[in-house]
Amino acid sequence: MKTLFYTIKQSFIQFGRNLNMGIISIFAITCMLLILSLFFILAINVNTAAETIKGEYDSIEIFLLDETSEEDAMVMVEDMKTQEGVADAYYKTKEDAMKQFKERWGENGYLLDSLEDNPLPNSVVIIIEDLEKADALAEHAGTYEGIEDVKYYKSTVDKLLNVTKFIQIAAIIIMIFLIIVSIVVVSNTIKLTVFNRADEISIMKYVGATNWFIRGPFLVEGIIIGVISAGISLLITGAVYEKVVDMIGEQVYSMLSMPMVPGDFLMYNFAWIFVALGIAIGSCGSIISVRRFLNA
Amino acid sequence: MIEFTNVSKHYKSNVALDNVSVKINKGDFVFLVGPSGAGKSTFVKLILKEINADKGTVRVKDINVTKLSARGVPRLRRNIGIVFQDFRLLPKKTVYENVAFAMEIIHQPRKLIKKNVPQVLTMMGIYDKANKYPDELSAGEQQRVAIARAIVNKPRILIADEPTGNLDPNTAWEIMQLLNDINQRGVTILMVTHAKDIVDKMGKRVIAIENGHIVRDEFGMYGYQEALAADGDSAFNTRPVKRQHTIKRKFRRGGSI
Repeated sequence: MKTLFYTIKQSFIQFGRNLNMGIISIFAITCMLLILSLFFILAINVNTAAETIKGEYDSIEIFLLDETSEEDAMVMVEDMKTQEGVADAYYKTKEDAMKQFKERWGENGYLLDSLEDNPLPNSVVIIIEDLEKADALAEHAGTYEGIEDVKYYKSTVDKLLNVTKFIQIAAIIIMIFLIIVSIVVVSNTIKLTVFNRADEISIMKYVGATNWFIRGPFLVEGIIIGVISAGISLLITGAVYEKVVDMIGEQVYSMLSMPMVPGDFLMYNFAWIFVALGIAIGSCGSIISVRRFLNA
Repeated sequence: MIEFTNVSKHYKSNVALDNVSVKINKGDFVFLVGPSGAGKSTFVKLILKEINADKGTVRVKDINVTKLSARGVPRLRRNIGIVFQDFRLLPKKTVYENVAFAMEIIHQPRKLIKKNVPQVLTMMGIYDKANKYPDELSAGEQQRVAIARAIVNKPRILIADEPTGNLDPNTAWEIMQLLNDINQRGVTILMVTHAKDIVDKMGKRVIAIENGHIVRDEFGMYGYQEALAADGDSAFNTRPVKRQHTIKRKFRRGGSI
């Protein structure tokens, strides 16, 4: 307990004596964390988008020629319902399609009112139960008479999932890189305090202080730097993200028909990630910088 | 207390110690002498486990230093007090804090620190300087603080690395008296020195190292010419006086020490 108190006191004294370098490294690490959070946010949002799309596009839509009658369409619906892997099938008129379209555009829906004819086709929508069967079903639908096109979104979803994967991998690589850079920055800062205290450390070693006792204050100093950086970047990220959601959240929703991940939820998770990262970066940096002195 | 058995240590191609065996008993006061680069520092570093022996065994008290893991080094060093030629006091701490520091870092209770530090400062005759900073003290006083720091944890062994090297003869002699007092209390003392006057005057056991060998181990005289006593720089004549040649020869023939 006394040791803990000593360690924390020493670390604050050290931090105070080396304030300039401390502030510089806090600044540097904050920048890293901000870049990191940018990637986090991007990755998370793309991820949610992909999930949403995957859920929404589990359907095949058969667009019908205008001359195809509703009776013919109902035959297709009934036939489809007998196929394996189909959860449901229904007929969608061009009026329904337009209504849906307008809903999706939200406030901008009035733009569609200027259209004189409804350009949208009637269609048969097939809800797929088992995505594995989607290809076969789409092929089967293609054999019907009187259809214009079969739209099946698998390729779109696949492409999107590929993009998501790419973004995730890129984010991880950049994160690792940034974390390493942060550790180097912290370890350099702390090396300065170690140099300042080289005499003290050598005396401590001669008197028989344990390595962890000597390391302690530097470790805490690193953690202080890490946690302060984490706090600052969390505040900045939170404020900026809130602003961004306010500004473009609705547009994103109306264009892609999916919401952005809410700020509170994101920040709550970021808090843990950032603090953990801050502590990890700080402690790694300080352990690296003290190691050479302890081995002497 | 300290025992070397067939200890060898090489630095790349240089031999620092070659098959050295020696025993320093509890309560001994031993001078370690010899030219610079002869192996004295290596000898001390091996005791402190700052370096490891290539061959042989080093024992300190009941600890086998050679086999000691890095984690065990603090335990070893708590048995040993160290005094340096350049004092190595912390300039931003007062005399009292410098001494208390040695107790704090091995987690001694505050009560004990408050009791022991004034005691040791009194013993060293610098209690009235307790609140001064090192740069306000004379060299002799600084060395007293350093000794106080070295003994405040009551080590069984005190290693002094040229403790009088930066002091004028009178002050040096005062310091020697203090070391003698400490020795009288049962602390084993190993002092590395080039100070011929002091060694001759004290009449204690003298171990001379040259080229990695112990060439002499007897009670009495320093045994090197005055020029060497100045520093032991290799530019000076580093040959021992004639009498020591015979001893050296005897040693090389395998005579016991």
